[in-house]
Amino acid sequence: MNSRTSNGPTPEPREAAPTLSVRGLTKVYGPRATMLRRNAHRLTAVDAVDLDIAPGTTLGLVGESGAGKSTVGRLVLRLIEPDAGKIDLLGTDIAGLSRGELRRMRAKATMIFQDPYTSLDPRMPIKDSVVEPLLVHGGHSRSERYEKALAMVRRVGLGDAHMERFPYEMSGGQLQRVAIARALITDPSFIVCDEPVAALDVSTQAQVINLLNDLQQERGISYLFISHDLRLVRLIADEVAVMRHGKLLEKGDAVRVFEEPEHEYTRELLAAIPGRSPRSRRFGGLAGCDGETGTADLRQEVA
Amino acid sequence: MTAHESVGTKERRRRRSRVLRRLLRNRAAVVSMAVLAVLGLVAIFADLLAPDDPNKVALVLRLTPPSAEHWLGTDALGRDVLSRVLVATRVDLLASLQAVGIALVVGVPLGIVAGYWGGIGDSLLSRVIDALMMLPPLILAVVVVAILGPGLSNAMLAIAIVIIPSFYRVVRASTQTASSELYIESARASGCTSWRILWRHILPAVAPPLLVQASFSASVVIVAEASLSFLGLGARAPQATWGLMLKEASSNLTTSSYLIYPPAIMVAITILALSLLGDGLRDALGRQTTDGR
Ligand SMILES: Nc1ncnc2c1ncn2[C@@H]1O[C@H](COP(=O)(O)OP(=O)(O)OP(=O)(O)O)[C@@H](O)[C@H]1O
Ligand SMILES: [Mg+2]
Repeated sequence: MNSRTSNGPTPEPREAAPTLSVRGLTKVYGPRATMLRRNAHRLTAVDAVDLDIAPGTTLGLVGESGAGKSTVGRLVLRLIEPDAGKIDLLGTDIAGLSRGELRRMRAKATMIFQDPYTSLDPRMPIKDSVVEPLLVHGGHSRSERYEKALAMVRRVGLGDAHMERFPYEMSGGQLQRVAIARALITDPSFIVCDEPVAALDVSTQAQVINLLNDLQQERGISYLFISHDLRLVRLIADEVAVMRHGKLLEKGDAVRVFEEPEHEYTRELLAAIPGRSPRSRRFGGLAGCDGETGTADLRQEVA
Repeated sequence: MTAHESVGTKERRRRRSRVLRRLLRNRAAVVSMAVLAVLGLVAIFADLLAPDDPNKVALVLRLTPPSAEHWLGTDALGRDVLSRVLVATRVDLLASLQAVGIALVVGVPLGIVAGYWGGIGDSLLSRVIDALMMLPPLILAVVVVAILGPGLSNAMLAIAIVIIPSFYRVVRASTQTASSELYIESARASGCTSWRILWRHILPAVAPPLLVQASFSASVVIVAEASLSFLGLGARAPQATWGLMLKEASSNLTTSSYLIYPPAIMVAITILALSLLGDGLRDALGRQTTDGR
């Protein structure tokens, strides 16, 4: 299975209100022009991007380094302010949200980062990191919070003993599981995953991707899955959007984009996947997995 | 309190003890901690330890060299030098706590706010701090005392103003470093308030370099107290401080050189202990942050 059209109960009719709907999203970095200064150093990192993500589905956002993928991820959660465009997240135009409303929104829409070694506070034990989102959003007693954190830590495949550890006592794969537990503990409907497995080795990548897939099916979460690695996107995305130099070149159903890429750049990206030959076309598997058996292998590694 | 919480505190204690263990492996740091502990005890029990009333004037006994009666001799007013140097320990240590305390209370919040939010507030504040740092410290302290009037408390306020910039800079720089870390963005993405980010994520990152700075600054304060009192701008007679004792000793230097040693040695020991402790702390904490990665 190279796309996830057969995925669980979640995919709802396309007409359902989208989890995320973005129109004309633009972000320009660098100093603004003044009378004395021209626009020479301005960089349009994101240029009029339109995106939609339906409930319970995954949009894979791919492109080379510097394409503006992470910037899109931060913009749609308003972690940074856009220069133009409209962002509807979970049915709300987030441009109009106050700081407090925006903060409360983060319980329902949050982010997982690329490098688990630096995305967790090195001075906090794991349990405090996992509990933190619940704590800041309120509504739970101390013991309820720890119960939930423990359940969440178990769900992502870690043991009770990990709760007491500090980040430097754990491996990258374990830390990314902690980051996932932390993101999920407030039961969000949307998560931006910014290259969540890029810092991990190949077998761990597969496990973490499968965990994300399973959690999506259990909970009907939508993902914006950012990656420069098409092999990974292929394992998780329902739809794919290709970016380059801040612009969206192509987007569409994952199967369609992988099988019949419209844009020359997409074809180049696909051709660059290692080990990809006409015969293994249907599955540009991860290293060590090839052909149709790839996903099955990945599934087994999780078990 | 559930089971895993008590395990958690144990874990935290274990981690803190790792830093302590590294500190204890550093012999110079251990010796300086012992010295500072003794100085602290002397300061607390000065009244009990002093063989005589440090302010009891006995003109018949003026400038008697060390003897069985007065182990360190008597000064120009016949006061017992040993008693005075013991009581001065208390005055000096309290005064330096006061100066470092004021500098912390002012410098840390300013540094954190400037480092975290940046912007115009940061530029303005940093200009002011730079200007403060450009003035020679002693002259700055003298000017402040001239404005406030002499006296130990005012002198400590002056010294606090002199050392605020170093606290501000250390805190601002380490706040900036910490703010650009991914875990701060992750905290924002989880919905943490700015207050929580500053208090629970930035401050713990800032604390180690701050601790190091505080112990170095404390030694600067001891020297500064001595200097200001020597110039007649700090503590005033008949109060006993090391600086004032040095000043009084200097006017009888040719006839009674024994007077200069007790306060001079106390100042030397204290600043040496404080700066060696600062070095030890820097090493112990520094290694901790590197082997975290
Ligand atoms: N804070 C910033 N200030 C100025 N320029 C920035 C800033 N953040 C990103 N950029 C620039 O914007 C462009 C897009 O960056 P972005 O991080 O979104 O790329 P990316 O697609 O995520 O790349 P990568 O795969 O390397 O993570 C880059 O050219 C980058 O240099
Ligand atoms: Mg990126």
